[in-house]
Amino acid sequence: MTDTHTTSASSHGQGPFIAAIDQGTTSSRCIVFDRDGRIVSVDQKEHEQIFPKPGWVEHNATEIWENVKEVVAGAISKAGITAIDVKAIGITNQRETTLLWDRNTGEPVHNAIVWQDTRTDTLCRELGRNVGQDRFRRETGLPLASYFAGPKIRWLLDNVEGLRERAEAGDILFGTMDSWVIWNLTGGVNGGVHVTDVTNASRTLLMNLHTLDWDEKILTSMDIPAAVLPRIRSSAEVYGHTAEGILAGVPVASALGDQQAALFGQTCYAEGEAKSTYGTGTFLLMNTGEKPVNSYNGLLTTVGYRIGEEKPVYALEGSIAVTGSLVQWMRDQMGLINSAAEIETLASSVEDNGGAYFVPAFSGLFAPYWRDDARGVIAGLTRYVTKAHIARAVLEATAWQTREIVDAMTKDSGVELTALKVDGGMTSNNLLMQTLSDALDAPVVRPMVAETTCLGAAYAAGLAVGFWPDTDALRANWRRAAEWTPRMDADVRDREYKNWLKAVQRTMGWIEDEE
Amino acid sequence: MARNIQSLERAAAMLRLLAGGERRLGLSDIASTLGLAKGTAHGILRTLQQEGFVEQDEASGRYQLGAELLRLGNSYLDVHELRARALVWTDDLARSSGESVYLGVVHQQGVLIVHHVFRPDDSRQVLEVGAMHPLHSTALGKVLSAYDPVAHSEVTEADRKAFTPRTVTGEREFEGVLDLIRARGWACDVEETWEGVASVAAPIHDRRRLPVGAVGITGAVERVCDDGELRSELVAAVRDCARAVSRDLGALRF
Repeated sequence: MTDTHTTSASSHGQGPFIAAIDQGTTSSRCIVFDRDGRIVSVDQKEHEQIFPKPGWVEHNATEIWENVKEVVAGAISKAGITAIDVKAIGITNQRETTLLWDRNTGEPVHNAIVWQDTRTDTLCRELGRNVGQDRFRRETGLPLASYFAGPKIRWLLDNVEGLRERAEAGDILFGTMDSWVIWNLTGGVNGGVHVTDVTNASRTLLMNLHTLDWDEKILTSMDIPAAVLPRIRSSAEVYGHTAEGILAGVPVASALGDQQAALFGQTCYAEGEAKSTYGTGTFLLMNTGEKPVNSYNGLLTTVGYRIGEEKPVYALEGSIAVTGSLVQWMRDQMGLINSAAEIETLASSVEDNGGAYFVPAFSGLFAPYWRDDARGVIAGLTRYVTKAHIARAVLEATAWQTREIVDAMTKDSGVELTALKVDGGMTSNNLLMQTLSDALDAPVVRPMVAETTCLGAAYAAGLAVGFWPDTDALRANWRRAAEWTPRMDADVRDREYKNWLKAVQRTMGWIEDEE
Repeated sequence: MARNIQSLERAAAMLRLLAGGERRLGLSDIASTLGLAKGTAHGILRTLQQEGFVEQDEASGRYQLGAELLRLGNSYLDVHELRARALVWTDDLARSSGESVYLGVVHQQGVLIVHHVFRPDDSRQVLEVGAMHPLHSTALGKVLSAYDPVAHSEVTEADRKAFTPRTVTGEREFEGVLDLIRARGWACDVEETWEGVASVAAPIHDRRRLPVGAVGITGAVERVCDDGELRSELVAAVRDCARAVSRDLGALRF
């Protein structure tokens, strides 16, 4: 898909501009922003999803790099500008997707292994030894799970013939997609810089959150040679300059994992500020300030961002597997609605959920429960319940799941959420946003720029080159497009939450031990 | 008795054939089943395809029923779909105009606000989604009255109340206003509903050029107007936004 929303160039004034590259899971995009943080042009291209076996997901990294070059050229030409007008390039990327390539030829040694890929499940269990999932949690803030990059590197070293020897000889480079894009942009085999940023490094299971450096003990435990690893840099500094192409000579000045970029784009710069991105699933990140907060409630501890030499800012992260995808399920599997937006029409036709609660534990319960023996339930059914009540329960499921994550964050960090900044496709659902505010008993705020991920990368790059002076200037760019405030009575909220939690209990233990 | 039109009968037979289960059929199958020459069948299929009643699968070249048929029985555009489609464009309109943006549809005897984007300053504002505005005095209402026959009949039968000295209430005068709106493609309300408040709005059309709603900006008359005239760049921005949303709806597929 190639798409622009060209707004008349005149309304954007003159340059200069910042270009942001978003190397995502399904597509690569480039967006050009002006000084007010407004979108000037967009170009986007999808890449192939490769499924070699059930549970395996790969990307062709060469195709991705070609697409990145193409969308950069596309966005620049649609904006009608040249390299002189672009002060910096920022990068945001799908997190954890892992690539190894030959530093002498620039050729990937294997397709990139995508974050969703579960081939390292068994390996992760082995690596847990007698301690289990939390073996490296104190150092990395993460459980040993197949998403993260470290075990994927190990899998490649074990399974691509001769790779370990080449890696130990120093001929092989590892990178998440930020590293791959930066290395290629800055010249590839001709002097490309091999770096990653702290946010991406914090998703490898190899970086120590306290030192912000590779953890030698973990490298030894996972049997990964340090020679393959990129240097860990901040999220906002000049890594190098673009070697060739339409933006030759422009500084490459930021890298942030996509969810962290959204946190940055939403200008969550103070402790306790949080953003939630509502797509097929939902990712909620809360700024916890300059100290990493250990989670005892099933959340991840991660780096939020680090600007140049400033102190790093940490975040707690909670994800919900099924939110927008539950609405899609209502449309595609149940046929109760024709389009995702119609869920609001159907849900609005009744006053409440009629006593029904829908817990979409389709593949178990995630944070804060982590129960893989759970399966979805619709609880509280009576003759009275109609499809409209179910639609309402569907929207409430997203709200209560968010509430559970927020409660876990409050428990772990001791910081109360003051307001939730939201983005993503589901924010067009007015009833959902109101329900969310009611469930959280806090204001829910939607910013004016929907593309917060790209904006975050642009902001970080702009800070690095002095295009924007500081985060206060970025805050000043932030515009509230809408705000929902709680309207639900406290006793109703308490009763409904209690019922929700009761319904959650009903999902557990459905899958019995297979042995 | 009048003779039936043969090509319409054949088109109807084709639609029935394609509706007979979830299937795609090739040109030869359709032609031979209905006993038609391939050329004749192809001509009819092509016409049906242009009208959206039939779609051709690119890879196989086979035909199936088109989205337009579904839409015939379900022609009403869901307002939440409208909001989802308009979201990006209305955000941009608020930013470029510096004013609050409203999206409205006809509902009973008024305009139902289905989407509202705050004015991009830090002032305290309240979301007005779900509010009703009058048809005869607001820019949104007048656009809808000018373009939507349902809104027009509502507004002509209703009691057109004078909210301010500037509200147009007389029937002939009001029809004149609607004529001007149709000629220019946009409507305004300069202190006709609320003192000190002015707004501009333009119509949103779907693929078949039917009016489905209106989008507009509202703000203090001192900012929206210049020397008693609406600022032309604001009018242009509103019309651009309405066109962009209309274009987006044109691409709407089930």
